[in-house]
Amino acid sequence: MTNKLKIDRKFMPLLATVGVFALLYLYGFLQYKGMRQPQAFFNLFINNAFLLITSIGMTFVILSEGIDLSVGAVIALTSVASAALLENYGMNPVLVIVLMLLMGTLFGGIMGAIIHFFKVQPFIVTLAGMFFARGMCFFISLDAIPIKDPLYRTMALTRIQIPGFERAFLSLSAVIAIVVLIVGMYVAHFTRYGRSIYAIGGNEQSALLMGLPVGRIKVSVYALNGFCSALAGIVFSISLLSGHGLYAVNVELDAIASVVIGGTLLTGGQGYVFGTLFGVLVTGLIQMLIQFNGELSSWWTRIAVGALTLIFIGVQSLFTSRRKKRQALGRASLIDVEAKTAVPMEDKLTTGSA
Amino acid sequence: MTRSRFSWHQLRDSQLFWPLLALALILLFNLFFTPGFYNVEIKDGHLSGFLIDILNRGSILMLLATGMTMVIATGGVDLSVGAVVAISAATATVLINPALATELISSEELIKDVTSTPLWMCITAALLIATLCGLWNGLLVSRGKIQPMVATLVLMVAGRGIAQLITHGQIITVYYTPYFFIGNGYLLGLPFPLFIAIFVYLCTWLWARRTAFGMFVESIGINAQSSFLSGINEKNIKLAVYTFCGFCAGIAGLIYSSNVKSADANNAGLNLELDAILAVVMGGTLMSGGRFSLLASVIGALVIQSTTTTMYAIGVPAMAASAIKGLVVLVVILLYSEQTKLVLTRVVERVGARS
Amino acid sequence: MPDSNTSLLSMKGIYKAFPGVQALENVDFELQKGEIHAIVGENGAGKSTLVKIITGVERPDNGRIELDGVPIQAKSPQHAQELGISTVYQEINLCENLSVAENILLGREPRKFGRIDWRAMQAQAIQILRHLEIDIDATKDLGDYSIAIQQMIAIARALEISSAKVLILDEPTSSLDTHETEKLFQVMRKLKSEGLGIIFITHFIDQIYEVTDRITILRNGKLVGTYETAVLPRLELIAKMIGRVMGDFNDMVQIKLKSDKQRAGEPLLRARSLGHSGSIAPFDLDLYTGEVVGLAGLLGSGRTETAQLIFGIDKPDSGRLTMAGEEIKHFSPADSIAKGIAFCPEDRKADGIVDDLTIRENIVLAVQSNKGWAKRLNKNQQYELAEKFIKMLDISTPSADQKVKNLSGGNQQKVILARWLATNPQLLILDEPTRGIDIGAKAEIQKLVLELAEEGKACLFISSELEEVLRTSHRINVLRDQHFVAEFSDEVDEHTIMQTMAGGEK
Repeated sequence: MTNKLKIDRKFMPLLATVGVFALLYLYGFLQYKGMRQPQAFFNLFINNAFLLITSIGMTFVILSEGIDLSVGAVIALTSVASAALLENYGMNPVLVIVLMLLMGTLFGGIMGAIIHFFKVQPFIVTLAGMFFARGMCFFISLDAIPIKDPLYRTMALTRIQIPGFERAFLSLSAVIAIVVLIVGMYVAHFTRYGRSIYAIGGNEQSALLMGLPVGRIKVSVYALNGFCSALAGIVFSISLLSGHGLYAVNVELDAIASVVIGGTLLTGGQGYVFGTLFGVLVTGLIQMLIQFNGELSSWWTRIAVGALTLIFIGVQSLFTSRRKKRQALGRASLIDVEAKTAVPMEDKLTTGSA
Repeated sequence: MTRSRFSWHQLRDSQLFWPLLALALILLFNLFFTPGFYNVEIKDGHLSGFLIDILNRGSILMLLATGMTMVIATGGVDLSVGAVVAISAATATVLINPALATELISSEELIKDVTSTPLWMCITAALLIATLCGLWNGLLVSRGKIQPMVATLVLMVAGRGIAQLITHGQIITVYYTPYFFIGNGYLLGLPFPLFIAIFVYLCTWLWARRTAFGMFVESIGINAQSSFLSGINEKNIKLAVYTFCGFCAGIAGLIYSSNVKSADANNAGLNLELDAILAVVMGGTLMSGGRFSLLASVIGALVIQSTTTTMYAIGVPAMAASAIKGLVVLVVILLYSEQTKLVLTRVVERVGARS
Repeated sequence: MPDSNTSLLSMKGIYKAFPGVQALENVDFELQKGEIHAIVGENGAGKSTLVKIITGVERPDNGRIELDGVPIQAKSPQHAQELGISTVYQEINLCENLSVAENILLGREPRKFGRIDWRAMQAQAIQILRHLEIDIDATKDLGDYSIAIQQMIAIARALEISSAKVLILDEPTSSLDTHETEKLFQVMRKLKSEGLGIIFITHFIDQIYEVTDRITILRNGKLVGTYETAVLPRLELIAKMIGRVMGDFNDMVQIKLKSDKQRAGEPLLRARSLGHSGSIAPFDLDLYTGEVVGLAGLLGSGRTETAQLIFGIDKPDSGRLTMAGEEIKHFSPADSIAKGIAFCPEDRKADGIVDDLTIRENIVLAVQSNKGWAKRLNKNQQYELAEKFIKMLDISTPSADQKVKNLSGGNQQKVILARWLATNPQLLILDEPTRGIDIGAKAEIQKLVLELAEEGKACLFISSELEEVLRTSHRINVLRDQHFVAEFSDEVDEHTIMQTMAGGEK
């Protein structure tokens, strides 16, 4: 019985998010004709592919009890830099993509190193990183640069049919996002690296004493997130076929909100990459509903997302404080255990002392 | 007692030393590289020139830095000031011409020099809403026990949406001339915002240093446990500093919207939070809390504004300037960090040992 | 008694100095296979430094450490673990957000094709736990279990990860109840029978006698000696811990406490079955104006906890407290200060000084907080107050504007004392006010306490130095293992009090 309750509690935020998504979708389904097409569902993935990718990177950062405010700026920087390299310098698109991913990884890694070795709070380092990356965009170009590269164009137009659905498709970027999601889930759940991130987010001091390479992992988490942001930037520039410094403004906030709505604790150590998917879907769905509605302006999205974030943060802090209380009263739970083990223990005691 | 004797050490240990040095360096740079930087001329009955421009535009930052200083001194941070600036700007401008947000009106009607709400009410309402935003942050931090960064992030996310809710997503332009005075007026030949900033600074200084409030703030920032045992009410003090920070952001919003004669919920006060944090850190207040100097923060704000203005003056595009600012933030924070100090001390010791 | 006489860990001539303190001076320590060995000592005895050296947190300035006859020097806790020395701290260093199985096996999870084999991990964890006779669900989060179980899991990890030869348990029982403690002891005995050497650090005298084979006593950084638990009388243990030699007993202070002093009327402070589970059992206490009541007891006996309860730092979960005839309903330091209670805490650095503020600011802090932020004492009043106490307590500083962090320990202590005297309290609680300060200053503070009582203040005086308690107090309450065990208000000597502190057989 306790076992069942336990699973419920652990998955509660995630279940709540899935529930919110289902309800919202049902509402849209009943209300708007446009949402009854299967394609409407797949459009959620297509439109939010870049957000999903960057949010998965952010999930790892937040799981390690960090935060990264630079992701939106890195997306913009990637779009501008790749557009400039492709159009102004005629560089090979594959090389550009590799270069961009390297740049993002390096950028994240440097921030991670500063955070770890100088013990500066993550938000301030990454806030500075955000300013730096945004500014660099405008050093490259003040105006938007259109991308005419054939490979990018082909990628932008690629449609992947969904088997079983007529006229339903995913874009290449959505497929990339789903691959990143699967890899992210695998890393978080099935690798020592992933579990170490959870450990660090749970209690860094303990993780250190347990012999984990805390410094290396922390730096690499930011590098990983830099990589994801750069990848998101590439996906972003493929879908818009241009690059500009004012793209992806406030995406860092959307990403953080998606992660939190997906059930990951902002204090680190608890959450699921899978939850982030639903966080992104909820965010995207709210946007879609407001678009379908037509009367409400797009800024309602911001307020709704902000409110949802707050609710989830509130629930989380209740969650953690209740856990602390439970621990203070931990004796009660021990009695269960004692009852189970009492018999063999008594036996042991008599034989041991004899 | 050697309380008032001047010494080199005292100067160097003073929180004013580094921001003053930075200010001097920037001014020195401009002496050589920016022609006409020191030209001050009289135009339309008031002073004008780069220096005046710094004082004018720097006022907003000085206000924010004033509010942010005590928040950081308690060991917290307020990331929402930029959004609060937008909310305050939106409130005031909407009240001046509510029709603008809701219906299509003829351009003739639009540019009428009238207000539909008395000016004092516009100002009061804007400040009230901004103060409520601060109070909200304070409640989340002090009563909700949520980390300051997280708590204020919520308003950072939703704040611009709220501002747009107020303006109904429109960019509200203002044609009511008395309102312009707040951000564009001149008094004794100097920009009026400067007087507001100085007035708020003085009031804050009186509050912090002529009451025991500042000492309590510092005490909490240095050792919260000892402060608690000495009977200091940490919760209420934190509530007060966040509320005040919101209030300051409210004034900044008024000046901003008056200065550009409009309120754009998306861009008003954009990225000001980093500038404000940077100003405070430059003023020598540690991000972990503790000792603070309002004057040093205000000078820090001037340093940042001078840097920005200098960059514009030498032709760096406005948006690109933020890259340099980002680097400056990092350098300053690394310079102040304990780790760097440790390394420096070790180097000095090694050099000392060798000689 | 150890099963075999083979030495497992041996330390010889260990020295360690910190700025201003010789933490360890020529200390020898020896742990044998299959024994439980207690290290005891009061504050500043050096036991935590000794443990830190064994676990690789600190390095000795001098000395030789051998494990199984091989010289070693642990560079870090991880290195110590690799060498076979594992530690379980009072504060459990595991991750509450991970499952029990992960906590045991983190860093060496069983893997299949490069991915973590969760099923194998579960099975392995359960097997390890079974070995310790713990039957719990290893898939649950660690945070779902009580501290006692978490401690067992920490032990399981310590044994599993390093195949430990030496297990150090640092105050593992301080937050356990008797039942849980008994269970821990069973595990300890089992491990001992398997040949493990266990170092057991605790404040509880009863537990030392229940479970350990030998005791090493440290005092002021020096080794007092290592003894067989079975042949060392409790009284002698206590005497050695607090720096008395049995032969001295005849010269010991024999004082007639001035208890009859002004005990008329209602007591200033009256506690009735006031208690807080886990830190101090319900107790009764009366404090009259003009008297000093001493609390004698070893570290961890509940003396500090009593003070914290009265001052409102911890909220009592039973009983009532009355101050000057008025029942206290809101327990908080601020309310206590307003009612005229002052508390000079034991941990100067964490709870006392605000190190970046000046002496003046530190002294006025409590007065000012009681007045509220709006009614600021002006500079002159502040200097007046500060300089009065600098003079009165003889704080050596060039000016009242020095930062407190630049002062010596003794002077910092005086600053905190000044902070509380400045509030002009009716009741002054002093927790180890003379710790770590020189003899002269000690005598001054003792004298001051008596003077304050003369002036009509009540004082609760806590010290681990028995002689000091005897000299200063009008009445003495003795605490043992979180209980008030006796009150002495007449003729009494150190010997009797020590015996009471020791408890057990007479």
